[in-house]
Amino acid sequence: MIVTHLSLRDFRNYAEAELELHGGTNLFIGRNGQGKTNLVESLVFLSTLSSHRVSGDQAMVRAGCEAAIVRTTFTHGDRELLAEVQINRSGTNRAQINRSAIRPRDLPWYVRTVLFAPEDLALVRGEPSGRRRFIDQLSMILAPRFSAVLADYERVLKQRNTLLKSLRGGLSAAQEQTLTIWDEKLISLGTEIIARRAVLVEQIRDPLRRAYAAVVDDDHEPTIDLSLSIDGYDVDADDTADRAANSAVPDSARIEAGFRAAMERRRRAERERGLTLVGPHRDDLLFGLNRLPVKGYASHGESWSFVLALKLATAELLRRDSDLGDPVLILDDVFAELDRQRRRRLAEAVTGFEQVLITAAVREDIPEELRAAPIFIRAGRVVDEDAVDV
Amino acid sequence: MYEGIVQDLIDEFSRLPGIGPKSAQRIAFHIVQTENLDVTRLAELLATVRENIKFCRICGNVSEQETCGICRDPRRDSTIICVVEESKDVAAIERTREFRGLYHVLGGAISPIDGIGPDDLSIQPLMQRLADASVTEVILATDPNLEGEATATYLTRLLTTLEIRVSRLASGLPVGGDLEYADEVTLGRAFEGRTTLR
Ligand SMILES: Nc1ncnc2c1ncn2[C@@H]1O[C@H](COP(=O)(O)OP(=O)(O)OP(=O)(O)O)[C@@H](O)[C@H]1O
Ligand SMILES: [Mg+2]
Ligand SMILES: [Zn+2]
Repeated sequence: MIVTHLSLRDFRNYAEAELELHGGTNLFIGRNGQGKTNLVESLVFLSTLSSHRVSGDQAMVRAGCEAAIVRTTFTHGDRELLAEVQINRSGTNRAQINRSAIRPRDLPWYVRTVLFAPEDLALVRGEPSGRRRFIDQLSMILAPRFSAVLADYERVLKQRNTLLKSLRGGLSAAQEQTLTIWDEKLISLGTEIIARRAVLVEQIRDPLRRAYAAVVDDDHEPTIDLSLSIDGYDVDADDTADRAANSAVPDSARIEAGFRAAMERRRRAERERGLTLVGPHRDDLLFGLNRLPVKGYASHGESWSFVLALKLATAELLRRDSDLGDPVLILDDVFAELDRQRRRRLAEAVTGFEQVLITAAVREDIPEELRAAPIFIRAGRVVDEDAVDV
Repeated sequence: MYEGIVQDLIDEFSRLPGIGPKSAQRIAFHIVQTENLDVTRLAELLATVRENIKFCRICGNVSEQETCGICRDPRRDSTIICVVEESKDVAAIERTREFRGLYHVLGGAISPIDGIGPDDLSIQPLMQRLADASVTEVILATDPNLEGEATATYLTRLLTTLEIRVSRLASGLPVGGDLEYADEVTLGRAFEGRTTLR
């Protein structure tokens, strides 16, 4: 897909902006804090209904305003579509495709982006929750229905944890009996989530290997595996090095049996702590390079290469899945993080996609082949080059 | 913020379920400004409702008398009981005209985060009604969401000891929703296509 027009109203520091875009590379240049990230974030929000910077939606709405609107026209082949999201400071958001209302959570089905951002480093170095979010977000894009499964799981988890906590105080027999009901719900929803993640991990392996080779020109054997709490993985015990990798894709029956057995093993601990200790909310993705974990072992540069490869692999999966063409690649400030060789290689890897949006504070950070005709951003406005005293 | 009693009125309205601050403001100004609005009748009605409305001794539905109109109606089929969460679900099902049996209102659904367990629901009275051998079928019509499902599962387990057919409303109801918001046709179909759990 190619975004041909982007229109913002009261989004972040933009009061109003209209912007024509084209296929291939679109470069945005501006000094720190002017609104480059905000601009591309609007597209990310439209396509994922979330921001990579904050968890709440309110930050998207310009200070002092009630609602932000992001509207885009995009084409794929000779079809043209109009997508719009209105982010309300209070109340639910609204979404439209071709001027008819749709459920906001169906937007990712139409508008697809893959964001590369400095924050991505946390994906390999940070907490497991970030990696779970990464894989689940990808699942939701590929199958919007999956967001309902995730939401239900979260709710069952909350119900079950509350019940476990109150059981510590001693409860009636009737209330004891309701625990097994939540157990069963947790197992069936959790099994679906684990199975889905396992399939995705399997699908992303080869694209990841190819993407890494493209960025690094060396085979460091990048790997991705699931660490499952139902198989004994414990997020609280930081034992990255000797985690058992789970390469085979388990079938649902095996996952379900394992889930049930693990829950049985941890039953006493769960009651003591008033907390659900097994399930996909306690799982992790294990990234590896050269047969060692990335987290805690890989160098800064290697970690970056891994993240870039992971994002490129994601883009490859989305491209394969969609009949809307390629996802729009968004590279926010990433070139500044890379050495010259990797800048060039990344540039090569992304130019194969239909549309790429790139932001940078310094034009010289961008590989020469991508430097053409920048759009300048200053203080929440798109301005002429002349007006910028860089 | 508005002055004194107008703001008080808005605050009271926004405490009601389903009414946000904007609607509360609209209703308040409607009441203040609309000329031929019979405010006295509205106020009296509110007071009378609170004084006179009771809950049916048998099924727990709202009622003006000791027992509700449905429980008193001799034409209703007393061999079949439809279990719902709230009185408003009774009203929704009545609109479909698909069901001629009796109801039982639980008064909610099992939800630990809201502090509601089986003991907080009208389950004992239901078991007592079922002990009467004339009931042959129970339809579980709790909401099609997680808490409604959990409640239905709990009841199903409880009822296995009795010689009674237990059925659940057919799927097709919008999942994750409230029964009362399902349209008549969908809800009617759900009744026809109910599945026997045992
Ligand atoms: N909701 C909002 N309302 C008004 N202004 C906002 C809002 N959210 C962010 N801003 C402003 O936007 C600016 C940041 O913009 P942005 O993050 O896009 O900068 P940038 O051009 O990407 O800079 P850098 O090169 O440092 O990454 C900040 O000055 C911030 O105060
Ligand atoms: Mg930025
Ligand atoms: Zn009654």
